[in-house]
Amino acid sequence: MQAIRDFIGFIGENSAELLEQTLEHLWLTLIALMIATAIGLSLGILITRVRGLSSSVIGFVNAVQTIPSIALLGFMIPLLGIGEVPAIVALFLYALLPIVRNTFAGIEEVEPGIKEAARGMGLSNRQLLLKVELPLALPVIFAGIRTAFVINVGVATLCALIAAGGLGEFIFRGLTTNNTYMILAGAIPAALMALVFDFILGKIQQHILSLIKPLAVGLGVIIVGFSSFYLFQNNQKPAFTGGFPSEFIYRGDGYQGLKAHYDLQLETVELEIGLMYQALKNEKVDVISGFSTDGRIETFNLRVLEDDKQYFPPYHATALVSGQTLEKYPELREVFARLGDRISDKKMAQLNNRVDKDKLSPKKAAEEFLANEGFKTDAVKEGEADIIIGSKNFTENYILAQMFKILIENYTSLTVETKLGFGGTKLVFDALDNGEIDLYPEYTGTGLLVLLNASEEERKSIQYDKLSVLNYVKKEIRDRHGMEWMPPLGFNNTFALMMREEQAEELNIKTISDLSEYLKNQ
Amino acid sequence: MIEVKNVTKLYAGKAVVDGLSFSIGKGETLVILGTSGSGKTTMLKMINRLIEPSSGQILINGVDNSNVKLEELRRQIGYVIQSIGLFPHYTIEQNIGLIPTLLGWEKDKIQKRVLELIKLLGLDPEMMPRKPENLSGGQQQRVGIARALAADPPIVLLDEPFGALDPITRHQIQLEFKNLEAILNTTMVLVTHDVVEAITLGDRICLMDEGRIQQIGTAKELIFRPANDFVKHFFNANSLQLALSVLSKKDITPYLPEVASGISSDDNTMVLSLMEEHEDMSEHILHAFYQASRNMKK
Repeated sequence: MQAIRDFIGFIGENSAELLEQTLEHLWLTLIALMIATAIGLSLGILITRVRGLSSSVIGFVNAVQTIPSIALLGFMIPLLGIGEVPAIVALFLYALLPIVRNTFAGIEEVEPGIKEAARGMGLSNRQLLLKVELPLALPVIFAGIRTAFVINVGVATLCALIAAGGLGEFIFRGLTTNNTYMILAGAIPAALMALVFDFILGKIQQHILSLIKPLAVGLGVIIVGFSSFYLFQNNQKPAFTGGFPSEFIYRGDGYQGLKAHYDLQLETVELEIGLMYQALKNEKVDVISGFSTDGRIETFNLRVLEDDKQYFPPYHATALVSGQTLEKYPELREVFARLGDRISDKKMAQLNNRVDKDKLSPKKAAEEFLANEGFKTDAVKEGEADIIIGSKNFTENYILAQMFKILIENYTSLTVETKLGFGGTKLVFDALDNGEIDLYPEYTGTGLLVLLNASEEERKSIQYDKLSVLNYVKKEIRDRHGMEWMPPLGFNNTFALMMREEQAEELNIKTISDLSEYLKNQ
Repeated sequence: MIEVKNVTKLYAGKAVVDGLSFSIGKGETLVILGTSGSGKTTMLKMINRLIEPSSGQILINGVDNSNVKLEELRRQIGYVIQSIGLFPHYTIEQNIGLIPTLLGWEKDKIQKRVLELIKLLGLDPEMMPRKPENLSGGQQQRVGIARALAADPPIVLLDEPFGALDPITRHQIQLEFKNLEAILNTTMVLVTHDVVEAITLGDRICLMDEGRIQQIGTAKELIFRPANDFVKHFFNANSLQLALSVLSKKDITPYLPEVASGISSDDNTMVLSLMEEHEDMSEHILHAFYQASRNMKK
């Protein structure tokens, strides 16, 4: 009961933002759906007339449907940048298949006798289409539009990852900041929207023939309304933009604190971690929050701004292991002791680059690195897993997870399975807490601010150096969750603001204070 | 009215209709009879150009039909098919009034015409606002015929029009159709595989096989003077019944004995009806019928 009251309280506090996100979500979905309806309908009609095209057109829309949504959004960035335009294009592409397919099938399925009679009586092709085929295919076409709408409501949650807004903002922010109410505040309206609209559209579908005219007029009005709203919106694009993952924007050690600490006056948009660097490279945003050991800093020629007022805590990486697992397999301590302090910042950046730039698999990169460092890497284990390793969904975490697997399999008799790519700190930590995984690579700074949710006061009581932070999180995590931090691997992968080297050079920005100064003078 | 000149239709190099020539007079009903695959439907559909011939010409009132705009051509040719093809989203009234609407008739005129046809075809005017799904098969086919006749076309093409109906309804509609005043002056081409239907409705019958005309003429000619073995075999299976349904009093009068010469029925009364009407004379009538059939074959 308390939980429900808390949730309702949360909704109440955030109702304005929730309403805005819901409208954004609905808008993205509807505008994409309308474009998809117009184009899908035309394509569907075209392929009933030009038969030769039907297999290639249906093949194309089918293929689009199989592209994972996040990958499609990724393809959009170099072409269309970030924000609403690429989001709408992606949603449009996903909505295309059901509409094209149902238009084609609906028209094809009109009884041949009816078409023959119509042609035999002297209906022109146009009349045949408008008076016979389309009206008779309408229920099927409408069912396609209905399916497309439900798909779009789902996919639109992902649009938050490329700064297009929508209910995905709450969902991803909740996932990364360990806030269940926030996740639900995004997920429940999205689910309701799908259900309610599916119901309404279903009702319309039953009486489609008599409702088609008022519906068409209504849609026309909405299109005009939305387009003018959209054009109006598009006029206010800021000159200098920061693109940050939602985790960074909303967590305690992220943008909110940074903004206050340096008095930053920056326009920001939310971006998915994996897409952020590309958006910066393609000049869609001008500053991002990356990780100091990221290989792409070198590849994309980025400049890391110095944290001259020491805002970010240290982020030393190591394995976070469940207490029960350690009790059962104490030999794990020995394994992680071997790796302690063996990886410098530079080595980690190079290692990340082997994956991001040289396109090695994280497993190969980890193997190569460990072999160079003189570790055994050739053990082959089969059979049931003793240990399950998890990871978050970015390169470095993947590589570390693979490294842990190789070491454990080579230096103990244990067999390891991996469950990689959890979509946020909360998800992977919950999995560890529930015993679904036994360990995963984590960072001390994240432990301090996200896992332990240290208050302002607690944070001020700790010195932001390697040992103080490590000792604090070691003790607190053991006390609160019964988990153990292994010895740090050496490198400090802290948050860092970064810009394109040329632009930073041109504007003479070296530190975050420089950036703050530049923004104030703009 | 309609003149078919050396028309051929090839599908993948094979002639489905092979050099057909015949003509149909104004107001005449020609039945194209044949088994499936004989090319009869292909021939029919070339008249309103649902199928274009590979070679040859079809003249309508002396004008080559390939020179007439497709929609114009079709709007003056009524078209009735076996599956009827009523528009399920239109009411009966809209279905029948479709062509007049496309031709731009005034609303009042259309309404009047629809009502007229509904009555003519023995349908209930109350069904006008209903959708086709609420009608029986027989009623639907009547609506189909009404739709084809709505704009009073000079020509009507019928492709197995009664094929989907049960035998009793079929027979009833056939008789109604034959006596329909609205089509007295209409030139009609009807395709069927049903011999009895051909005999009942056709002024002349064109028997087709493998894309060629086997024989064209009246039912009597085909039954009693078959041009070749195919025609002979085609009608042989139930020749007695067929003979009964084509011979009338006029045909058997020369063979009737003196005692029966006083039969007062009309000259066009069919032999079967004649026997019913004059049961006491049935033996004489049957005898005369037998003689007449034998002599007609000579």
